[in-house]
Amino acid sequence: MTVLTATGLGKKYRGSWALRDCSVSVPAGRVVALVGPNGAGKTTLLHLVVGLLTPTVGSVDVFGARADRDAQSLARVSFLAQDKPLYDGFSVADMLRLGRRLNPRWDQELAEKRLGELRIPLRRKVGKLSGGQQAQVALTIALAKRPELLLLDEPLANLDPLARHEVMRGLMAAVAETGMTVVLSSHVVSDLENTCDWLVVLNGGRVQVSGDIDELIAGHRLLSGPAELADGVAARMTTVDDSRTDRQATLLVRIGERQPALDPRWTVRGVGLEELVLAYLRRPEAATLPRPMLASA
Amino acid sequence: MIDFRLDRGSGVATYLQLVHQVKHALRLGVLRPGDRLPTAKEVVDQLAINPNTVLKAYRELEREGLVAGRPGLGTFVQRSLGGASVAEHARLRDGLAGWVRDARSAGLDSEDVEALFASVVLDSFRVGEDTA
Repeated sequence: MTVLTATGLGKKYRGSWALRDCSVSVPAGRVVALVGPNGAGKTTLLHLVVGLLTPTVGSVDVFGARADRDAQSLARVSFLAQDKPLYDGFSVADMLRLGRRLNPRWDQELAEKRLGELRIPLRRKVGKLSGGQQAQVALTIALAKRPELLLLDEPLANLDPLARHEVMRGLMAAVAETGMTVVLSSHVVSDLENTCDWLVVLNGGRVQVSGDIDELIAGHRLLSGPAELADGVAARMTTVDDSRTDRQATLLVRIGERQPALDPRWTVRGVGLEELVLAYLRRPEAATLPRPMLASA
Repeated sequence: MIDFRLDRGSGVATYLQLVHQVKHALRLGVLRPGDRLPTAKEVVDQLAINPNTVLKAYRELEREGLVAGRPGLGTFVQRSLGGASVAEHARLRDGLAGWVRDARSAGLDSEDVEALFASVVLDSFRVGEDTA
């Protein structure tokens, strides 16, 4: 089942495209990493998904309905913006009260239990909490809506390593309990290595890669070998990244079902997620992977 | 109950690390038939990893017939691994500890010992195979 489908989606601001020709779908139950450099269009895409922006061209469906036209489907979606919009002058309890008034599916018990486990006092003013605690309060409010789709824009930005780990731990535990779909954006890939299972790479306003992370990792290899053999190999295989000195060449290639037969002078090794993402980002012209298959989730 | 650890820089896929750790525990007798593996939520709460990764590891172990899921109850160990009983393990461990003491008094450091051990393991398990 697909939770989110964008088709030919584009958004233009004052004559320049922030996002263009974006076609991507997210299967249910996945934890999706939306990665790309600053200005790649991540925030624009998230805002389009929740109807905060209207597409210039194309459309985006959430639970089968157009987000900018149908508020019903939005009741099943939580969105946490990058600046974690909380009211500094409110107590934590006031923030929960606000959430309860605004959301029909609000789960007060879940919110209070979660904050209790995190030892965040309900009477404390939001402005007096640490950055990590503020992030946890914001995430708690997003979770108390009991979303089936949770969208987080740079949830780990400005957090120290311990707070990052704690936020991710809480998020993963919520996924384990509810099976909800999560899309989170980041420009730090190492944060996402063990937490996400689906990758979407945005670069210069376009979708460059979309797919299951394990399949992507299994489908790429890093080859290093003599420079004089590199042209032949690059011609036979889909090459994502290609760096050469006068003697040595290093190619990041996409392999098919079978291991490629190569001259023994080549060394073949697997790639990590970060290596893979960087290779694609360095080569914005590298062909997009075949259209995302609607994998069985 | 098994306590999972992650080696984040190892380059080994996370679900495989979990699979290996369960097998390791089965070999050492830390996990025995009938034991319950931690739930996905328990593992996630400890390691901050994707719950689907834990389920994938358990599916793999199930495919190999080592564990079985019982709906609503959890995932349970079906059979153990390794040729020897726990008592055999203890005896062999004592023998090995004696050998390591011997090696140390002969002046070998821990890396020398590991290298020697690995090379002997490699040699003795290669017997009968094609050594081309």
